[in-house]
Amino acid sequence: MELYERTIHELHDMLKKGETTAQAVTESVLGRIKAVDPKVKAYITVTEDAARRQAEEADRRIKAGDVSSPLIGIPIAVKDNMCTDGVKTTCASKILGNFIPPYDATVVGRLKQAGAVLCGKPNMDEFAMGSSTENSGFFITKNPWDLERIPGGSSGGSAAATAAGECIGSLGSDTGGSIRQPAACCGVVGLKPTYGRVSRYGLVAFASSLDQIGPITKDVTDTAILMNVIAGSDPRDSTSANIPVPDFLRALKKDVKGMKIGMPKEYFIKGMDPEVEKTVKDAVKTLEGLGAKVREVSLPNTDYAVATYYILATSEASSNLARYDGVKYGYRTPAPKDLMDMYTKTRHEGFGPEVKRRIMLGTYALSAGYYEAYYKKGQQVRTLIKKDFDDAFKLVDVIATPTSPTAAFRIGEKTTDPLQMYLSDIFTISVNLAGIPGMSVPCGFTKNGLPIGLQLLGRHFDEESIIHAAFVYEQATEWHKRKPKI
Amino acid sequence: MRPSCTNRPRSGIRENRRFDYPTETLRTLRKAQSITFDEIKISFVPLRRNFLKGSTMKYEAVIGLEVHAQLQTSTKIFCGCETRFGEEANTRTCPVCIGMPGVLPVLNRKAVEYTVKTGLATHCTISSYSRFARKNYFYPDLPKGYQISQYELPLCEHGYIEIVVDGAIKRIGLTRIHLEEDAGKNLHQAESGSSLVDLNRAGTPLMEIVSEPDIRTPEEASEYLKKLRSILRYIEVSDADMEKGNFRCDANVSIRPVGSKEFGIRAEVKNVNSFKFVQKALEYEIKRQAQILDEGGRVVQETRLFDSAKGVTFSMRSKEEAHDYRYFPEPDLVPVIVSKEVVESLRKTIPELPDAKRERFVKEYGLPEYDADMLTQSRALASYYEEAVKLSAQPKTVSNWMMGELTRLLNADGKEIEDCPVKPERLAGMIKMIEGGVISTKIAKTVFEEMYKTGKDAETVVKEQGLVQVSDTGAIEKIIDEVIKANPAQAADYKAGKEKLFGFFVGQAMKASKGKANPDVVNQLLKKKLSE
Repeated sequence: MELYERTIHELHDMLKKGETTAQAVTESVLGRIKAVDPKVKAYITVTEDAARRQAEEADRRIKAGDVSSPLIGIPIAVKDNMCTDGVKTTCASKILGNFIPPYDATVVGRLKQAGAVLCGKPNMDEFAMGSSTENSGFFITKNPWDLERIPGGSSGGSAAATAAGECIGSLGSDTGGSIRQPAACCGVVGLKPTYGRVSRYGLVAFASSLDQIGPITKDVTDTAILMNVIAGSDPRDSTSANIPVPDFLRALKKDVKGMKIGMPKEYFIKGMDPEVEKTVKDAVKTLEGLGAKVREVSLPNTDYAVATYYILATSEASSNLARYDGVKYGYRTPAPKDLMDMYTKTRHEGFGPEVKRRIMLGTYALSAGYYEAYYKKGQQVRTLIKKDFDDAFKLVDVIATPTSPTAAFRIGEKTTDPLQMYLSDIFTISVNLAGIPGMSVPCGFTKNGLPIGLQLLGRHFDEESIIHAAFVYEQATEWHKRKPKI
Repeated sequence: MRPSCTNRPRSGIRENRRFDYPTETLRTLRKAQSITFDEIKISFVPLRRNFLKGSTMKYEAVIGLEVHAQLQTSTKIFCGCETRFGEEANTRTCPVCIGMPGVLPVLNRKAVEYTVKTGLATHCTISSYSRFARKNYFYPDLPKGYQISQYELPLCEHGYIEIVVDGAIKRIGLTRIHLEEDAGKNLHQAESGSSLVDLNRAGTPLMEIVSEPDIRTPEEASEYLKKLRSILRYIEVSDADMEKGNFRCDANVSIRPVGSKEFGIRAEVKNVNSFKFVQKALEYEIKRQAQILDEGGRVVQETRLFDSAKGVTFSMRSKEEAHDYRYFPEPDLVPVIVSKEVVESLRKTIPELPDAKRERFVKEYGLPEYDADMLTQSRALASYYEEAVKLSAQPKTVSNWMMGELTRLLNADGKEIEDCPVKPERLAGMIKMIEGGVISTKIAKTVFEEMYKTGKDAETVVKEQGLVQVSDTGAIEKIIDEVIKANPAQAADYKAGKEKLFGFFVGQAMKASKGKANPDVVNQLLKKKLSE
């Protein structure tokens, strides 16, 4: 087995025992990137030199006996919407094509402090707006399981890199499913923590009240390891919660005896891909077989989630993206006539069509005379959706659903119909609106060999229960051990 | 100020709106974003030359003021940058205040406390739950493309300020006080035709203090601003210096026929940056509107700028072109919770305010309202006064000196009371010398000026310059004899019954003594000598 194929915890054991070095691991990953990235196209930037330097430093620390950090010497990829000091951070947008931040996002700082090796900045949908990575302003990332298909999105690059062995683990961001859906599409594990669990400082904002950073990893143990490093309150983010962070490794328990799992009836409806439906139901049966108690629950406002999301998320985005005006940094149109001309041309040339569409939608929803009908109403429905989950979690500990209604679709299949594309997130979006944690774990494959994800949802700040359920499921199955052939 | 990850529960939903992109989106959007950056066209109505004062008399002005006061916190509102000015451009900045991608605001607690203090000092209700909102508009000096301000739930509401108009107290209501961030500055370079942006000021905490439309005259507006400034300085939350731009005023002005209860259509006058200009701009604006109504026209709702050089207001944009700021709650900041305990502990830090002090001065020192009002305009002035009274026990005399000579000399030097070279104990010492008959009031003026110039005390000045009052009867008698001798005709007339001439002799005697003669003694002796 190649080093790049291994998990964080496996490599950590090997590093501890002196069976390998951080430099060897890093070289293995860099070599893998050279070999397969021309096909997968997961990365916007590969930080080869910096990675080598960091690996060298990690080896020095390991040699000196400093092996307490489980991330020391481990190559991690960070989605290109998290600021990295001195390393280009583009959000896959032309408008930030040349932007080099002078500071690290809090999560990046924490990774560095833990001794991780930053190996690069994966591709994504522009400003995290999309479900396929087709909206990248630069190029489309391919699904390592089938290069004709999308890797999901918006953290498609992070998920594809993780699945293809182009990193050992990665960070993604999730505003409406952008960690979970690509994790499902690429057959890896993705966790969107509770809103407020992980600092957003340095994460380029799409929708501030929904965005959350989380790990995309090869197995559940690695998710717990990364969560231990990135979670926790941050004085730079007022919305990060000042509540104690558990040791997530302690959630990796042996069984799920007595755990109550709910299946929302609104999520298993006609019209959904029968293969996905059956696979997910089988996965829940597996958990039942392992001692969990399964029952039906109801999330009655599910129908309104997509509409609510596309009002609130776009409203916030229209404001968050106003700063890209050509004045201070990033792209500026050459030779504008006057100020208005600079604004319009810079934004016209710098933003892609989906970003423009969402800015327009959000601007409209916030406009005088429409605010009450759209934004305000959206906030009211959001409260109802949150209440749905609160009610359901009075009956169960964990909710299980499909992560996505279908497995990875073909590149170009949905690009002409934005609404079809928006529906890829139908099972993930409510979770962001409610602010609760959600996780996708591999639970099987379609006949065509495409991965399918099981989504597990938990109460606010109860990532432990879903990590627990995911780990028990993973230990009982072999799905996470399959690797794509590229 | 505790974090909360969920929104507040709201009322139920009645209908579900279809989700689509209507074609009018584009139209609305274009309108919402069409902010005019073109050169502002100057178009103002020249006033009739023979404009009659009588015309404005038919109307009553209705004025509401919006004041932006910069808070004197040591750091900015949402980041740790220093609030220092006059520094090299863009050196007091960080990723947060220049709006780099990914940064987040963190609220400065001091700024909240200062705003709450202001609310308490102006009889406001302090909101236990308040929120920040984004005000969206494009401008190069606004780095994020939105200003973090407050909209629906401001920190303070429903207060008032009292002003003295023609000796009577008038209450001006305050609608609200909210907290927001300042923008940077655009620097336009005439030679190159380009513009540069300095973001040192971006993120400086501002309070917006909005009055009710309770103000009726430009004089009241001026009094209101002075009182507000004085309160802000008393509680030490803002320098409130209009000339330095940390106390800025916009005015909403309309007029209506005297006796009418309806409001007229209002114009907003911006860019008024001194107390003098506030009065001038309002006077002009009231006359302009009166002229329009007199000619049967209609006032247009618009934003106007004041041109201080020409003394006129001119149209900047009309209501149709008005911005749609698309306010919505700021998702990067949690609601601000101000507990009762915090309010009470802040209340304790508020000193005696100008109104209370004024009332006390009238009662305690028997001062006229006018004197008391003047002397309580600043804390330093009031404490100077009280110190001098304590040492001299002459409240009215101290007031006269402070409002007369002292103010005159300070104004001539452009100095504040804090920098006055004559300290209260020295003023008190001089007043005691007057009371003790050592120097005359007239001589005291010379003495005081010398004290101010040299920083010496009164006794030293009097000794050095030989200004001690002469009360020696012998010496004065000699002077009087000479005066009578030198003016025999007048002496004869006086004796013949022209008593008015007495003053002439007093004057001559004082002159001959170089002002040093004790006037009482002069009077006494003159009467005696002239009737001999």
